[in-house]
Amino acid sequence: MRPLSRPSEGELRRLGSGPAPPEMNELLAQFINLLGALLLMLAFAMISQRRILSLIALFTMQGATLVLSTIVVGYVTDQPHLYVSAGITFALKVVLIPLLLHRVIARLDIRWDVETLFNIPTTMLIGILVVIIAFNLALPIAKLSTSLTRGTLGIALACVLLSFLMMITRAKAVPQVIGFLSMENGLFFAATSATYGMPMVVELGIALDVLIGVLILGVFIFQIREQFDSLDIRHLEQLKED
Amino acid sequence: MHALLFVLGIPLTGGLVLALVGHRDAARDVNVAFSAGTFLAACVLTAQVVADGPQFVWEREFFIDALNVFLVALTAFVGLTTAIFSRPYMRIERDRGKMTPPRLRLYHSMYQLFSFTMLLALMTNNLGILWVAMEAATLTTVLLVSVYRTAASLEAAWKYFILCGVGIAQALFGTVLIYMAAEKVLGAEGGALLWTNLNAVKAQLDPDIVTLAFAFLFIGYGTKVGLVPLHNWLPDAHAEGPTPVSAVLSGLLLNVALYAVLRCKVLADGALHGNLPGRLMMGFGIVSVVAAVFFLIRQKDAKRMFAYSSIEHMGLMTFAFGVGGPIATYAGLLHMTVHSLVKSAIFFAVGHATQKAGTQIMDEIRGLIRVSPTVGWGLMLATLAILGSPPFGVFASEFLIITTAMREQPWATPLLLISLGVAFAAVFARVQPMVFGDTSVRPLPHPPALIPVFVHLGLGLMLGIYIPPYLDAWYRQAAQMLGG
Repeated sequence: MRPLSRPSEGELRRLGSGPAPPEMNELLAQFINLLGALLLMLAFAMISQRRILSLIALFTMQGATLVLSTIVVGYVTDQPHLYVSAGITFALKVVLIPLLLHRVIARLDIRWDVETLFNIPTTMLIGILVVIIAFNLALPIAKLSTSLTRGTLGIALACVLLSFLMMITRAKAVPQVIGFLSMENGLFFAATSATYGMPMVVELGIALDVLIGVLILGVFIFQIREQFDSLDIRHLEQLKED
Repeated sequence: MHALLFVLGIPLTGGLVLALVGHRDAARDVNVAFSAGTFLAACVLTAQVVADGPQFVWEREFFIDALNVFLVALTAFVGLTTAIFSRPYMRIERDRGKMTPPRLRLYHSMYQLFSFTMLLALMTNNLGILWVAMEAATLTTVLLVSVYRTAASLEAAWKYFILCGVGIAQALFGTVLIYMAAEKVLGAEGGALLWTNLNAVKAQLDPDIVTLAFAFLFIGYGTKVGLVPLHNWLPDAHAEGPTPVSAVLSGLLLNVALYAVLRCKVLADGALHGNLPGRLMMGFGIVSVVAAVFFLIRQKDAKRMFAYSSIEHMGLMTFAFGVGGPIATYAGLLHMTVHSLVKSAIFFAVGHATQKAGTQIMDEIRGLIRVSPTVGWGLMLATLAILGSPPFGVFASEFLIITTAMREQPWATPLLLISLGVAFAAVFARVQPMVFGDTSVRPLPHPPALIPVFVHLGLGLMLGIYIPPYLDAWYRQAAQMLGG
């Protein structure tokens, strides 16, 4: 363990010892906040989106935003391992998973499905409430954080909770899976912006888990369809307590 | 090479080998062989720890101390006995057409990989890897639960995946927050996610961050422990999957999830001034005990009933760790051990019984003892043991938990006593006619593996009467570390 008297990475960063001059950092920090806001907007868009195809497009955009913010954080803080992690995210969340999802919906012939969602305005209002709660929870911690990431932790938590809300309100299997994946996006954003990324080995492990999870869910969706002739999760409510 | 690498390497290799040959007839024996190898390596590792004390392996990424050494041995042991039990069980399932060769291959491969993820979660020193291993354990068990591909098992597996996936996502957020708090103290490259490093500086971690982090970690891993109200996945997953899977879910997975909570609790206790972790654990624990008992009364399915019994016992352990102090924590650790042994024994016996009767509905299983006295007695004794009758180990640990509760948290005592009493009456009344009376079951084509049942019961009995000195020393050390 390193001696405690040495200033930590975080403190060094606060002193402005990144590769770029401080005013440049300030600009990039603003840019990260902008990307965070974009992420939050995409999360809201996903809650109200009824077309599966558009939902996948939104998910891909969320992934792309994430890649961009990871690269910027990596540049500002001079942490090369964040570039690797941005690369993994790009491969996984912008290319591979959307591709898999497209293939799944093509094979299931649900490309043009439109889900009937009840009470979109109410869901949006609950969503706003969720965001307020998330910001309040993150506030005491955001104050302790380094200047670069202040505020983004609240956004990340809000994204996680909004995806959670999306999973609750959806009755179809594929949108539920997308909600699950978008929750993982929010967590990833939390990890990159609040702590400058998890250690590499952990990040690789998480990426592997997500990939395997998507593959298993994909197989499951086919099995559910075969078994119930539908992808409506409401069929999956037979196991009830008497 | 260190024994620890074998403990992890053997099940991993087993998973890969069985992915290739798991559909053959010999795969059942290969599965047992790999589990036996893992158990042997775990024994060697345990002997090393007994001789040399706690140790680090591979750049401090893995470590073995008093808290995880007995859980590693227990996990490898139950993994082996369940593999032995699953030999005749899966043979019968195959003969009845419920398991096809591809499903058997999936089952055997995932069984080994599941053991691997459990052991990885127990021995890693890195909180991030702990999370990865817990998530991987969810993925492997989801495939195990859905292996029959029936409507009910698909539903159970989907529910399990979504609920635990969401739950464990909360734990990842908690881990990120812990890392954030630690980075301020340890720096980014100082192994800020290594538990031992965190433990050394826990008093300097920021209390605000750690409070929020513990809340998320507790909810996340608590979902996997099956604490009420996050328990919905547990009874379905236990009831709809194959019985060997129910045995390892109850006997191992829940323990490992609780272990993760305990590791986080140690850090939170050190960083916070109040007793927030203890209160949270006591609250969720007692709610789980009471709620599980009232669900348990109404069950008709044998495996579902014992799944609720698992929720009850996990709640009891969580409560004991929440109370804290050397005696309650000691009792909690003892309860973890005996519950895991006895509950898997019950699932072995129930597995044979349900195969004989061709149903899991308790009202339709009658007079086991006429057809097969050993299964009948095994089920009866295991039920008595889990309900806390002396002289079994469960009695000893429950007695310790309740007497400590009387002294330190008197409000909880009546709730606990009533719950345990109701559970006794309900479960005993259900199991008694299953075992005695006129018979409705038929003999099986292949003799069941009953050695695991009685070995587990024997160990459970032994721990009620006599605890070996090294085990006692580990419990004491671990209890001290957990804030005794």
